Amino acid sequence: MTLTGHTTTRKMLYWGSHYLMIAAFVLFALFPLYWLLKVSVTPNDILYTEGVRMWPSRTTWENYTFVLTQSNFPHYFMNSVIVAGTTAAVTTVIAALTGYAFSRFAFRGKVIIVALMLITQMFPLVMLIAPIFKILAPLGLTDSLTGLIIVYTAFNVPFATFLMQSFFDGIPKDLEEAAMIDGNTRFEAFRAIILPLTLPGVAATLGFVFTAAWSELLFALMLVSSESASTFPVGLLSFVSKFSVDFGQMMAAGVLALIPACLFFLLIQRYLVQGLTAGAVKG
Amino acid sequence: MASIEIANARKSYGAVDVLHGINLNISDGEFIVLVGPSGCGKSTLLRMIAGLEDITSGDISIAGDVINDLQPKDRDIAMVFQSYALYPHMSVAENMSYALKLRKTAKDKIADAIGNVADILGLSALLERRPKALSGGQRQRVAMGRAIVRKPQAFLFDEPLSNLDARLREQMRTEIRKLHHRLGATSVYVTHDQIEAMTMADRIVAMHDGIIQQVGSPVEIYDRPANIFVASFIGSPAMNFLEGAYETTADNGDQGAGIRLSDGSLVPVLPAQGASTNQPVTLGARPEHITIVQDAANGLPARVDLIEPMGLSTLVHATLAGKPIKIFTMDRPDYAVDSFIHVAFDMEKVHVFDSSSELRLPPLTEPHTGHSD
Repeated sequence: MTLTGHTTTRKMLYWGSHYLMIAAFVLFALFPLYWLLKVSVTPNDILYTEGVRMWPSRTTWENYTFVLTQSNFPHYFMNSVIVAGTTAAVTTVIAALTGYAFSRFAFRGKVIIVALMLITQMFPLVMLIAPIFKILAPLGLTDSLTGLIIVYTAFNVPFATFLMQSFFDGIPKDLEEAAMIDGNTRFEAFRAIILPLTLPGVAATLGFVFTAAWSELLFALMLVSSESASTFPVGLLSFVSKFSVDFGQMMAAGVLALIPACLFFLLIQRYLVQGLTAGAVKG
Repeated sequence: MASIEIANARKSYGAVDVLHGINLNISDGEFIVLVGPSGCGKSTLLRMIAGLEDITSGDISIAGDVINDLQPKDRDIAMVFQSYALYPHMSVAENMSYALKLRKTAKDKIADAIGNVADILGLSALLERRPKALSGGQRQRVAMGRAIVRKPQAFLFDEPLSNLDARLREQMRTEIRKLHHRLGATSVYVTHDQIEAMTMADRIVAMHDGIIQQVGSPVEIYDRPANIFVASFIGSPAMNFLEGAYETTADNGDQGAGIRLSDGSLVPVLPAQGASTNQPVTLGARPEHITIVQDAANGLPARVDLIEPMGLSTLVHATLAGKPIKIFTMDRPDYAVDSFIHVAFDMEKVHVFDSSSELRLPPLTEPHTGHSD
């Protein structure tokens, strides 16, 4: 065998194992989703009788039809869209402004504010449920979507702020200084020059907060008691009754709940992978 | 175009003073270079003129108006950054037209202005490109174009060439000079590179530790440095310094002077203003003001350490009176390392510095000009 032939084989082996490992990882990560999908289309009568099979012998949409037409799920779903969407938008706006301030300005008390924001991230949420309930109840914010949005925003702002700050840190200060000399105020420079370059960061923050709020169960369960203000994670639990679990319907609801998250990431993925700052300063 | 006056401008960060009372008048159309080592405050001063840093106290005026409290956008100045700071999401044309658009200039006027400047800078073929598709030199030109297109009161340059390679830097140096000649714009240029300062400036402002050390034309600064700092900072290869004691001599009735070096040898110098016998002084001699002499009686012995051929000339590193010195020669000497040569100082050209104040003691024959501003 020639030397080049030898290296080609080695290279192929190297890349082969490389992709094999990636494939194994992806399989591991996606398998639960696959199972979700599989159970959701399995008819109830063969769910337990067929044993463990990769694909049922018959498939059905009846679980989906039930969830969409007979259950409260569409209502929960809308609640979740409102709560997660608003939380993501509000949190990202606050985080962008705060993160910019942290990244660009030196001000009195900055260290203390950062420390306080970090401390909020240290406590297990369970500890805070009772006090938060006590605070929100007299304000009429329990059992309401607004209350959930406020709580989610408060809990997501610190991390989102640090995330946004790291994106602003990656953008040279010179750019907004150049814009300020060119005729912008600082805020105009932020909006016209810095924000477009931070779109990947904004997208990442939106995505992170949206997903966190979308799948939050603990507060949604404790702060909301009426059907009308329930979000879908709480709704999923309604498929668990005292005597049985409607796995098929639950999984169908789960698959439907995945759709907005997928759509959302599909919309923002362009910005997530884009490296816009290349070429701004010396490359 | 306009003049810039800086009156007693100070800058402090908390208890740390970065600039201690800067006074400087820049005439209309002048090209001023602020030069000094990193941390000397030159960039801070430039950013104070631009409005990117607050002025702790004192005044800065452009065209007679105090601009201390004006936002950068209202100062009508343009700045070229070391990093170029091009807007990455805009094309070359958009980058250059940004300021004009903000001023609501008519579209056809913008197009004219950009076409014009792009012609001058050779950017016409690149107008639709994004900054990331440009080379370092091209980006530098776009940054220049963005500044020129606005026709501002003054141009500020913050080490604009330090990211370029040596050849390009040399080329851009010439281009910026030509451009200045053509536009006649008041320019303040910050650099730590003394060659840029020498070649480009109408006047050099040498700074150190937040204080202006000397203001003068390049030749003035080179030939009559105000103190040891300026003497050592300007000039490459750098000036040689030898410690010694001042002595007056009388030779045939003529008043003479010399500096007694640590090894006992005497270097004759012109009698210096305000120097007294036995005063500790520092002899400053540029490498080109030391010559290698064949006649041992006319020179001081020095041991050769290294011969550094530089093409056009040769630099001889040697040790004299226990101190390293550099000698510049247009010859091509081939001394062996550790061999002895004899060197003589050009007494008309060497400098005497007071060792404690580090100020230059000019010769009695030199008219008193006053060194700082």
